Amino acid sequence: MNINATLIGQAIWFALFVFFCMKFVWPPISRALDERKQKIAEGLSAADRAERDLELAQEKATANLKESKEKAAEIIDQANRRANQIVEEAKDAARTEGERLIAKAQSEIDQEVNQAREQLRKEVAVLALSGAEKVLGNEVNQDAHTQLLEQLAAEL
Amino acid sequence: MAGSNAQDYIKHHLGNLTYGELPAGYVRECDGRDTQTLTESTWTFACNGNEAKDMGFAAFHVDSLAWSGGLGIIMCLLFWMGARKATAGVPSGFLNFVESIIEFIDTQVRDSFHGKSKLVAPLSLVIFCWVFLMNLMDLIPVDFIPGTFSWIMTSFFGWTAQEAYFKIVPSTDPNITLSMSFSVMLLVIFFTIKAKGLGGFVGTLTLHPFEASNPVLKALLMPVNLLLETIGLLAKPVSLGLRLFGNMYAGEFVFIMLAAMMGAWQFIGAWPWAVFHILVITLQAFIFMVLTIVYLSMAVEDH
Repeated sequence: MNINATLIGQAIWFALFVFFCMKFVWPPISRALDERKQKIAEGLSAADRAERDLELAQEKATANLKESKEKAAEIIDQANRRANQIVEEAKDAARTEGERLIAKAQSEIDQEVNQAREQLRKEVAVLALSGAEKVLGNEVNQDAHTQLLEQLAAEL
Repeated sequence: MAGSNAQDYIKHHLGNLTYGELPAGYVRECDGRDTQTLTESTWTFACNGNEAKDMGFAAFHVDSLAWSGGLGIIMCLLFWMGARKATAGVPSGFLNFVESIIEFIDTQVRDSFHGKSKLVAPLSLVIFCWVFLMNLMDLIPVDFIPGTFSWIMTSFFGWTAQEAYFKIVPSTDPNITLSMSFSVMLLVIFFTIKAKGLGGFVGTLTLHPFEASNPVLKALLMPVNLLLETIGLLAKPVSLGLRLFGNMYAGEFVFIMLAAMMGAWQFIGAWPWAVFHILVITLQAFIFMVLTIVYLSMAVEDH
């Protein structure tokens, strides 16, 4: 219980330990803690930013999707219209072609009829001539009457 | 274990292993040895309480200094190990432990000390952990280490059992606690002078608590103020050191009493007291640290 130089000895220990902790213990640990705090803060803010970015991206994706759908609908619409148009055009073309074919056939028929009529006319002339020959008893001069008979045939 | 009688046992357990200077012509009357008159002043171990007292100021409590120094070195090494592994990444087991202590101290310092200082936080760390460790020695049963020491000294060094004083709780030595508290007082004075200048420090001693705007009255009040403030300044470290010493000494005393009265059955009383004492140990270390921070913060701030 005596007060003695232990006071001084203990004060020296005290000073040594405080000095040691002040130089070699506190600064590195405190620095590490500060750095970690900053790191965590940065990490959290990065997470926030990422969340916001994700939200924006989702909005953008939704908008894109909507636009694409609209565009697709428009394209389908256009295609339908074009198809209708093509069908109409084909119908028109078919109709005109048909009409043209009919007209051609008609003209061919007409030509055939004319030809047949000509033929008939010629044959009638020959028949008439031969008939007349028979009637007149072969006295008809073929050369003198040919012109006449041809004229007759043309009139038929 | 209780020795020849309980009073001697208790007295022996409360004595420190003292190494000091005995003056020339001193008559040494040690138990179990011949009476010896010193021809010249000698540095030696005191063999009883009277010799320790007669050594005066020129003496060291070897046990207190060795235990406090040893515990402090262990503490510093542990912290240093933690500090070397300090990283901003994920901390591992032991670093976690060190960091939790550092953060705890840091919070206390930030809460109470508003000045800027690189000293206060490590100082608080040392005070809290070191005082805690010194107090913790109180929980080791009172005869384990002193008994071992006594056995070694009597078996191998020819000491008598009476000479082998050994106290393992440094904070039950008022030298230790008062040394720390007066060191804190020196720091308080240093902080005051640093923050307010030498004039400011003299001002804090002479211009309060009685204030006057009249210069003559001011001068008249100065001696009164100086007296009051000096008492105040000295009362802080004295109360700080004696509080810790008193608590630990009382706790230790109970353990020694239990050992003296119940011998080997002491654990019946000592165990519950030790459990309760864990609280006292931590609390006293904490109080010492907080008061240090508060005193230093008062030194830096204006009232």
